[in-house]
Amino acid sequence: MSKRLLIIGLSIGAVLLVAFPLIGDRFYIQFVTRILIMAMFAGSLNLLVGYTGLVSLGHAAFFGIAGYILALYAPETHAAGFWSSLLLSVSGAAVMALIIGALVLRTSGIFFIMVTLAFAEMLFFVFHDTAIAGGSDGIYIHERPVLMIGSWQPLNFANPSHFYYLVLVFSIGVILFMRTVLRSPFGQVIAGIRVNEHRMRALGFHTFRYKLVCFVIAGAIAGLAGYLAAVQFGVVNPEMLGWHLSGSVLMMVILGGMGTLAGPVLGAFSMMFLEEIFQALTKHWQLLIGAVIVLVALFLPRGLAGLLAKFNISPAAAGQSRRAPPHADV
Amino acid sequence: MDTYTFLIQLLNGIQYGLLLFLVASGLTLIFGIMGVINLSHGSFYMVGAYLAWSLSQHLGSFWIALPTGIVLSVALGMLLEWLFIKHLYRRDHLQQVLLTYGLILIFSELRSILWGDDVHSVAVPALLAGSIPLTEMLSYPVYRLWLSLVCVILAGLMYYLIQHTKLGMMIRAGASNREMTQSLGINIDVLYRSVFALGVALAAFAGMIAAPVSSVFPGMGNQVLIVCFVVVVIGGIGSVKGAMAAALLIGLVDTFGKVVEVEIGGLRILPELAGMSIYVFMAIVLLWRPEGLLVRRQH
Repeated sequence: MSKRLLIIGLSIGAVLLVAFPLIGDRFYIQFVTRILIMAMFAGSLNLLVGYTGLVSLGHAAFFGIAGYILALYAPETHAAGFWSSLLLSVSGAAVMALIIGALVLRTSGIFFIMVTLAFAEMLFFVFHDTAIAGGSDGIYIHERPVLMIGSWQPLNFANPSHFYYLVLVFSIGVILFMRTVLRSPFGQVIAGIRVNEHRMRALGFHTFRYKLVCFVIAGAIAGLAGYLAAVQFGVVNPEMLGWHLSGSVLMMVILGGMGTLAGPVLGAFSMMFLEEIFQALTKHWQLLIGAVIVLVALFLPRGLAGLLAKFNISPAAAGQSRRAPPHADV
Repeated sequence: MDTYTFLIQLLNGIQYGLLLFLVASGLTLIFGIMGVINLSHGSFYMVGAYLAWSLSQHLGSFWIALPTGIVLSVALGMLLEWLFIKHLYRRDHLQQVLLTYGLILIFSELRSILWGDDVHSVAVPALLAGSIPLTEMLSYPVYRLWLSLVCVILAGLMYYLIQHTKLGMMIRAGASNREMTQSLGINIDVLYRSVFALGVALAAFAGMIAAPVSSVFPGMGNQVLIVCFVVVVIGGIGSVKGAMAAALLIGLVDTFGKVVEVEIGGLRILPELAGMSIYVFMAIVLLWRPEGLLVRRQH
């Protein structure tokens, strides 16, 4: 019964997402594109927080660096190639994740939280204080990259619907990719690391390497999201690397329900809608967001997916709660 | 750099380090004793600075504003512990991060509603307004010396409190075993509330006395928080001595990073990348001793 409900829900969601640009107006198409990008970003952080048990508070570093790579790579007078700039941005984010990961993964627990934040802040200062990319004002991407397959241009990114479909395809691709990774033996190992790292090490797994690979994958996906965000807005600034973004994407993961594939998507949708509503209400909207965050931390530690699991709607989330370690909150 | 400039920068570095120590020691105590990572700790520094600005305007004197601010911040600390923090003791770090991140947003907006978003300055109190001449051109402000002195006295008091008083004994006992301490008849709730309030008051006090030397601005809390994280990571979590050593090191690295000129291959590294210097320093410490400078290796 509940499984059928879930399938029906997912199908309705899928149809809505595909058909949406045909009926929605420009503003909403761009809004939903933004949400999908944030959902991808939150999904990548979920790989660390929800599946591996690594609470990173500096994940925006990889999101932002990919955007900056595009902005610095794109020539001012003509458009950059989509494939080359995408590859460069994502691999740049991955390399950055490799370097930072190799350092931060030497620590764990509370140290890890503080050190990830500190390194992200270091990158923030590099772009904020120096003139390499426009300082605190950021830098414009004058021409959007052009997607070419041979001499055929299937999508024009200046058209919001076209760009929306590109982002939708990437979002679905990322979710399928993460599903495959998590079901692979690699995914089993990182789940083991989350529950008990000492035991995994005793079993002979080199846990540092597994965590590092996971950190790099998460960094690369965050880079993909950051690249798409930079293409959408046509501008990058240091805020893209800032810790407010890291904080709010962490909030999306937890609000949705960490350790589930659908959680971050749900979290991104809910958070962005809340922000939009609160912004319309008052100029002090962050007060309301802060209050929501505090309430979620106090009363909804498993997020919306956990809430759904309570009413036995989502079997995935219910399974997750059974697998949770015994010391977790109920 | 001549001797006097060097001396001035040295004093500035030490003074900045001592100020960082006041904030970082609260952070490290709250973590060491209660196991709570408190992201909103920087907000208390910001609140302290705004309190100093607003109270000295309303009450007419910095010297009345200071004790009033301390009383208010202790009360704020107790209230927050009672409302929010006490629910976090048995939760994992993730929920602590989330809740205290929410508190940052709330404090930042409340500050905006109460005091606005402008940058303010607080006048140096008349009693300490002078400066000590070093050469014909250079002099050192008395207020900064007083500030360092106050920090040193506070650090000494804290050391005494933790190592040589009954309350300190309870704090140390509570840090190593909560259940055992409780079963020995010590009221752990009151103890934790006091420690949290002490941490809040230290951070707010640092903000108050820093207000006359730095401007009072909205982002000051987050700025100091992240630097304090670096201090705590370098010093080792829960170690007040480590926090002292690391705070002084960071104060000096940051200050000299801004005045020393370093060129490598024709590329100016410092002071252009001065903002990065403390993080590079942290990375080196992490490579060398990931558990902090003054913490004994566990394995």
